[in-house]
Amino acid sequence: MDAIILQILNGLDKGSAYALIALGLTLIFGTLGVVNFAHGALFMIGAFCAVTLSRLLSLSHKVEVPGAVDFLGNPQMRDVPYIYDLFGESLGAGIIDWAVPLSILFAIPVMILIGVIMERGLIKHFYKRPHADQILVTFGLAIVLQEVIKYYYGANPIPTPAPSAFVGSFDFGALVGFEPRTIIYPYWRLVYFAFAALIIGAVFAFLQFTTFGMVVRAGMADRETVGLLGINIDKRFTIMFGLAAAVAGLAGVMYTPINSPNYHMGMDFLVLSFVVVVVGGMGSLPGAVLAGFLLGILESFASMREVIAIIPGINQVIIYLVAIVILLTRPRGLMGRKGVMED
Amino acid sequence: MSKGNLTRRGVLKTGAVAGAGLALPTYLSAAGHEGFTNAPTGSTVTLGFNVPQSGPYADEGADELRAYELAVEHLNGEGDGGMLNTFSSKALDGTGILGKKVEYVTGDTQTKSDAARASAKSMIEKDGAVMITGGSSSGVAVAVQALCQEAGVIFMAGLTHSNDTTGKDKRANGFRHFFNSYMSGAALAPVLAANYGTDRKAYHLTADYNWGYTTEEAVKSSTEAMGWETVGSVLTPLTQTDFSSYITPVLQSDADVLVLNHYGGNMVNSLTNAVQFGLRDRIVNGKQFEIVVPLYSRLMAKGAGANVKGIFGSTNWHWSLQDEGSKAFVQSFGTKYGFPPSQAAHTCYVQALLYADAVQRAGSFAPCAVVEALEGFEFDGMGNGKTLYRAEDHQCFKDVLVVKGKENPSSEFDLLEIVEVTPVEQVTYAPDHPQVAGGSLGTCNNGA
Repeated sequence: MDAIILQILNGLDKGSAYALIALGLTLIFGTLGVVNFAHGALFMIGAFCAVTLSRLLSLSHKVEVPGAVDFLGNPQMRDVPYIYDLFGESLGAGIIDWAVPLSILFAIPVMILIGVIMERGLIKHFYKRPHADQILVTFGLAIVLQEVIKYYYGANPIPTPAPSAFVGSFDFGALVGFEPRTIIYPYWRLVYFAFAALIIGAVFAFLQFTTFGMVVRAGMADRETVGLLGINIDKRFTIMFGLAAAVAGLAGVMYTPINSPNYHMGMDFLVLSFVVVVVGGMGSLPGAVLAGFLLGILESFASMREVIAIIPGINQVIIYLVAIVILLTRPRGLMGRKGVMED
Repeated sequence: MSKGNLTRRGVLKTGAVAGAGLALPTYLSAAGHEGFTNAPTGSTVTLGFNVPQSGPYADEGADELRAYELAVEHLNGEGDGGMLNTFSSKALDGTGILGKKVEYVTGDTQTKSDAARASAKSMIEKDGAVMITGGSSSGVAVAVQALCQEAGVIFMAGLTHSNDTTGKDKRANGFRHFFNSYMSGAALAPVLAANYGTDRKAYHLTADYNWGYTTEEAVKSSTEAMGWETVGSVLTPLTQTDFSSYITPVLQSDADVLVLNHYGGNMVNSLTNAVQFGLRDRIVNGKQFEIVVPLYSRLMAKGAGANVKGIFGSTNWHWSLQDEGSKAFVQSFGTKYGFPPSQAAHTCYVQALLYADAVQRAGSFAPCAVVEALEGFEFDGMGNGKTLYRAEDHQCFKDVLVVKGKENPSSEFDLLEIVEVTPVEQVTYAPDHPQVAGGSLGTCNNGA
């Protein structure tokens, strides 16, 4: 029983990342009709926003350590962040400690800007082109972005820890009457789940309860008619692209303490996220979220030793297996609408 | 076709000219004027450095390349000479190899077997490389080694830790200085038993490819010989990034040790996840839960940050070693680049020098002469104490380092501390040991 609860928690947490990325993908597909293979790269750039901010905060000058020598026998130098000089050591250290959550504020404008530039500068020119062209150009863009990041940050993962307040794990078992320390879950992963739920809720509320959202939804349903009514839908769609980029970026920022970010983390998530979108139904936002959590949980269960013992290798194929079964039985995905990507 | 002047004849002509142009250098260099592939004829000799310049191990590759550039400098008599001053063989004199100035070309393995073979092939056929060296993966090493055997050039492996490189996939033209899975297991087990006791239950998470299998087997058999029990082992996909769903079952098992047979990004992520799930704070069977990482790399330890503290593993070499060879190498590498070398850099530097020395002693670049000079060669002063290049499998036998993540690092390079230098006798095995059995060297190939 406790094993099952743990894997569900795991799945929820994995699913939050899938759902956040798939949500952005679906937003772009639903509004602009573009299959954006560079979306994983946006997730990665978000993560590197956190890396960048924590590096900026830790910018330091060298101070000689009296009496110590380094590996070459020269005087040992110690890095002292400038922020210590500005705010004093304890507050400075506190700010550096909270670099990841602070990066949210940094990442939102950066990601919206990157999203808008991407859309206006490149993707705009591919609206009328076949999906294959869009896939090629966005995939190419993803590789370029990846190489740019690698050039500046190197290929190895860069540790970006969570604030020390969130280090450690939460004893979930003790809370619901199991033996202590049998069901524990890292604090930061719970934070990630809550954060994902918040973002998903905010995006839905934005689309559901604002005039802007209503116009966008109308545009998703019938772009031409909305245009005929005299509404500049293109401008709104550009903003949606920026918003989708920000969602992916925030998912990346908050993910950094879970796994040290590296330049290809976007590609690692991209393929899975596409499976999520297809399983959820192309263009369906609730479908993307539902499928994200569903596949996350299934993946978690499939990697249990007991399951692998029965069906070896199931952990590596489960997601694709489920995708095949769902597409065979429900060709439009779980919540896909008629007419999307079918013309 | 309206704008361009493409005609069928035009295309054919251009193709023929381009083809002839591409084929020409191959014809000239590979013709084998002295009975072997790419025999150097002018006043220079070309070595091929095949390292990952892109892909997940690009940072290791960059460090390997730095080491090779340093080695070339030292061979050509520039710089401070580095390990040439401490190397027990004095055949090299800083005038290149056999009086020929050393030049080099580089290739990008991308840590993919096919790309690595293509870049090695191009360096052999187009650039006339007489020796190929480098790499940061066993899959790549095995693939390139086989290619070099067919082409008739020497292959000096870079960072490759699988038993198979000098086990069932060994080749007469290939040589490995780096240690292997068996040696890691043999060196680690006694230290683990001494620190964690002999009554332990281990759970293995293993990367699902060749290196993972041999490492799991090695650690399993040597820890079981000490009295440990293996209660579980799960293969994880190489592309896995979040290991949480593999870590949580460990919480449910009665294991009190987790062995992570992972390298590179896998290791960084699985270790980080294991620490996040509070494994290190657990008490199981009345004992403190422990994590073991059989193969450590300093570059990767950096990626895992504070999570490596106190965790045991093994490594081929570490810059903090205080023997004369290591000090000389760290000094010249550190002076040139401003930071200490990694173990990947060390093994590559040593391999380049060992090759040059073997050619010098043999008096010929012919692969079979080099093989003869390296087989059974004993040397010292290269950072690992007395070392033997065993003739039976072309594997170096030398001391192995057991290391531990340092509790209070004094700099960003000071991440590992040496716990024990395991003497070579303890990590030596018979050439027909079950873990490395199978395959045969075959005969050396001079190529053309």
